[in-house]
Formats: sequence, C-alpha cells, structure tokens
Amino acid sequence: MTSALDITQAVNPPRAAFLDYPLGHTTGKPHQPILQREILLAALAGFSSLTAPGTVNMLPFKWSDDRAWQETAQRGPDDRRPRYATPQYQHQEDRDRAEAHVSAVQFTG
Amino acid sequence: MPVEYIERIREKYETLGYGAYQWVFNADTPPWHPLSKPLSECRLGLVASGGIYVSRQVAFHYRDDTSLLAIPMDVPTSELRATHFAYDLTDARQDPNVVFPIDTLRGLVGEGVIGSLAANAYTFMGGIYSSRRVQEEMAPRVTECLSAEEVDAVLFVPA
Repeated sequence: MTSALDITQAVNPPRAAFLDYPLGHTTGKPHQPILQREILLAALAGFSSLTAPGTVNMLPFKWSDDRAWQETAQRGPDDRRPRYATPQYQHQEDRDRAEAHVSAVQFTG
Repeated sequence: MPVEYIERIREKYETLGYGAYQWVFNADTPPWHPLSKPLSECRLGLVASGGIYVSRQVAFHYRDDTSLLAIPMDVPTSELRATHFAYDLTDARQDPNVVFPIDTLRGLVGEGVIGSLAANAYTFMGGIYSSRRVQEEMAPRVTECLSAEEVDAVLFVPA
C-alpha cells in the first residue's frame, strides 16, 4: 500500500495500491473501522485483479472534498522532528517497561 | 493530482543547503509471483514501517534505525504505540490501525476473506536515508522472518 505515488512508482514494486490520504493514514482514518475495512478489501483485491508487474491500483477513496491537505503537504512548513539517536517513546511508562525488561533479561543472562 | 513528495523533498533539501537525495529508481520489470491459491486460503504476513512498537519493547530512534521488531498478531491493540520523525503521529497514536491495520486484518480473517495471519507482524521505522543499508541489511532480515513464518502473501504498509 502507499500514499506517496511518485516514490512508489520510482521503487516499482510488483503490486501496489495507492490511497490518496495524508501520510500517516495509509490504511484509513482513525476510529472508522468500516472505512478501514473497505480500504483494505480494495487493496487486497489487487492480489487477484492485478495481472501485470508494476501496476498501481488507484483506490477510489478521498480524504476530503477540497484539496487543502494536499496544498499543505506540498508547500506547508517542514514538520519533521529532529533525528534523535536515542529511543523515542510515546509514553514515559513505555520507557520504564522497556528498561525494566532489558535489565531483567540481562540479570537472568 | 497526488502530492509530489520527491519534488517536495528536493525543494526542502535545496533550501537547507543539502545535496540532492539519491532516490531509488528501479527501471527493470519487477518480479512476479501470482497467488497460487485464493486469499481465503492464504496465510498473510504484515510488514509496516510506521514505527509501531509494543509497550515494553525498545522504541525506535530517529537516526537511520534499521532494527526490526516482531509484533505478535494477537497483541492487544491498546498496547501498540507509534513513533516516527517524519509524519504526524496524532491519529496513529489514537488508532494504530491507520498505519498498522491489525484489527482490520483480524476482522477479515474472522469473515473468511483471509485464510490466516502469520504469528508475527514485522515493523521498523522508515525514513532510513541509506537505501544500501535497507537493501543489504534490512531487506534480507525481513525476507528471512517472512520465510520462517511460511506466508503465502505479504501486505506492506509504509506510513
């Protein structure tokens, strides 16, 4: 699956399904299981419907009626985070659990 | 018209004074293996590059992290986390299914659309600058893991 059509066409995988959604939503919108299911069914259909290597199945879903998000993605500010060299946890609790787990493994050898 | 990410990144790099990024362009016809049986009889694998980890696993870092995590396909969704330097994590942290369609896949197995799932999904954090390291270090490891899982087909989900 892909939401970056030009990059996928450059890589040229055997089969692809393109969803024209903002990055971070390759398989749907949050908490919309019915939509997520429809998207995945359409993508998985490519396993039988695509018969020529390098074909991209253009999925028929739209993020919104206007093109505001595409404009922002093409020309908006750079919102990438710095490339830290240490693990970046979603929660402090995750860090504590991971470090406890690593210590336990080291202790038991 | 879809967003032109290659052009977008070319402009960014130029503004920052970086050299041009060397994108991978594969001009050859890709390899082709038709499914040997219906999807409803296949074991499906899942590989996702949106930086998904399970709370208790060591999370990804943001500087060319080529580590690969195995995530049990029966993991409780509430234990899944998302970390990545290059996309807006807001929605993935509310519902990991937007970049890691685990509940969706489990539902489709329940419906009989997919035969079964591999024991584990495999995740990493994309945005690894060195395509050589991806090809030489990471891709062979992913292939090895998927072969060991004896999958018939694999769904790749970037973020």
